[in-house]
Amino acid sequence: MKRYSIFALLRNAISRHQDWTPLWRDPDPKPRYRVVIVGGGGHGLATAYYLAKEHGITDVAVLEKGWLGGGNTGRNTTVIRSNYLWDESAALYEHSLKLWEGLSADLNYNLMLSQRGVLSLAHTLHEVREGVRRANANRLNGIDAEWLTPEKVKAFCPVLNTSPEVRYPILGATLQRRGGVARHDAVAWGFARAADARGIDIIQNCEVTGIRREGGRVVGVETSRGYIGADKVAIVAAGHSSVLAAMAGVRLPIESHPLQALVSEPVKPVLNCVVMSSTVHVYVSQSDKGELVLGAGIDGFNSYAQRGSFHVIEGQMAALVELFPIFSRMRMMRSWGGIVDVCPDASPIIGKLPVEGLYLNGGWGTGGFKATPGSGWVFAYTIAKDEPHPLNAPFQLDRFTTGALIDEHGAAGVAH
Amino acid sequence: MLLIRCPWCGPRDEMEFRCGGEAHILRPADPEALADAEWADYLFMRKNPKGAHRERWLHALGCRRWFNVLRSTVSHEILAVYRMGEREPEA
Repeated sequence: MKRYSIFALLRNAISRHQDWTPLWRDPDPKPRYRVVIVGGGGHGLATAYYLAKEHGITDVAVLEKGWLGGGNTGRNTTVIRSNYLWDESAALYEHSLKLWEGLSADLNYNLMLSQRGVLSLAHTLHEVREGVRRANANRLNGIDAEWLTPEKVKAFCPVLNTSPEVRYPILGATLQRRGGVARHDAVAWGFARAADARGIDIIQNCEVTGIRREGGRVVGVETSRGYIGADKVAIVAAGHSSVLAAMAGVRLPIESHPLQALVSEPVKPVLNCVVMSSTVHVYVSQSDKGELVLGAGIDGFNSYAQRGSFHVIEGQMAALVELFPIFSRMRMMRSWGGIVDVCPDASPIIGKLPVEGLYLNGGWGTGGFKATPGSGWVFAYTIAKDEPHPLNAPFQLDRFTTGALIDEHGAAGVAH
Repeated sequence: MLLIRCPWCGPRDEMEFRCGGEAHILRPADPEALADAEWADYLFMRKNPKGAHRERWLHALGCRRWFNVLRSTVSHEILAVYRMGEREPEA
């Protein structure tokens, strides 16, 4: 891997930028790998990277049916935060946030992390109580969190409409100052480049069509580019988690739904933080290009179509205009959908499946992007040691049998 | 946006309906006798197929009746609508 630096930039400027090399190779699949990771999104690539970096396992292939980061990694609204309620989630998401804070240097790739603060609004008395409770719980877990009164909300984010005259007036907000946004494509590309540099094969346009088992353990995967043998197979396929698990005869508590997002025309800097509202339901930030990046809720029905219904966007735009009357005449440029894998308790499943050699990292639902590095880190540990790390031990599939659910519907931020 | 044919009210806009998820999940006849894993399977595990999916819908802003829909989760095309208790159509 050629390191990026000011000197590399100068050197390549002299040669008119003709000598930059591709970020990763384009290898043909080998007949056999120690670990095959199914899914070349942020979580899968992070898993591959940390397998190599933390555990020295480089005989790894990442199989991606389309192009890298073309699924939810490239479709989310790039919000990063760790202000989850329960101890288990707080530890996992905070571990991830700490990795984010050093990740650009670690990967030698600019992820454009911008810790501009995430404001979660409360519009009802119940939300005020829950918000204060969550901020207190966060602080007990060592996570920065503040409760802001409506006056402080107005001071922190002046374009918000804090008038008491609206249908759902702002009664306060939690603020995590270390939260923010990062460049989502760069996350996939940065992890891919760093994993490739450590010898991991990244294979695109390679769809897994079957999981081969012998005597109750995994021996390989059937793909659109032929059979690939593997000691261990790790499913990191987001919306397609159920489809892949079904190939190995495993049932999951996951349902796939469309989640939509959209961007506006670019304007000059106007919104200085991320604003989320669960009651009126919108979350919005402004990208470095100047576009407002907006997220809607999920559609109620199951889907694999990567598109949702228009009325969901309509409701979300109504919420935006109520919170920010200043945006009422902005034009929206593009909208799209991703397929999110929703768990009943709005928490992920990261661990072993009941087939030997088969692992799952899924069920992140509407909020997986923020966890990308931490998710890959604990999943790599789980695959390498064949047992979960203490951070992801509570997030096993068997919690749906034991009843030890981790209910994060309040912190998840997207209605579902 | 879906156009859903309610068995009682005819074709109506999706906004009048609420999706109730996977259909034909039978409540166990003798819950006391179930092992934890079987109870978890009933409560939480779902087919979530890529393709034809049998699901329940409620005409929430209409006749407020439940019925079943056979719908593709890939194209969103509604392949069949049938009442509660009616025979399931072939996928």
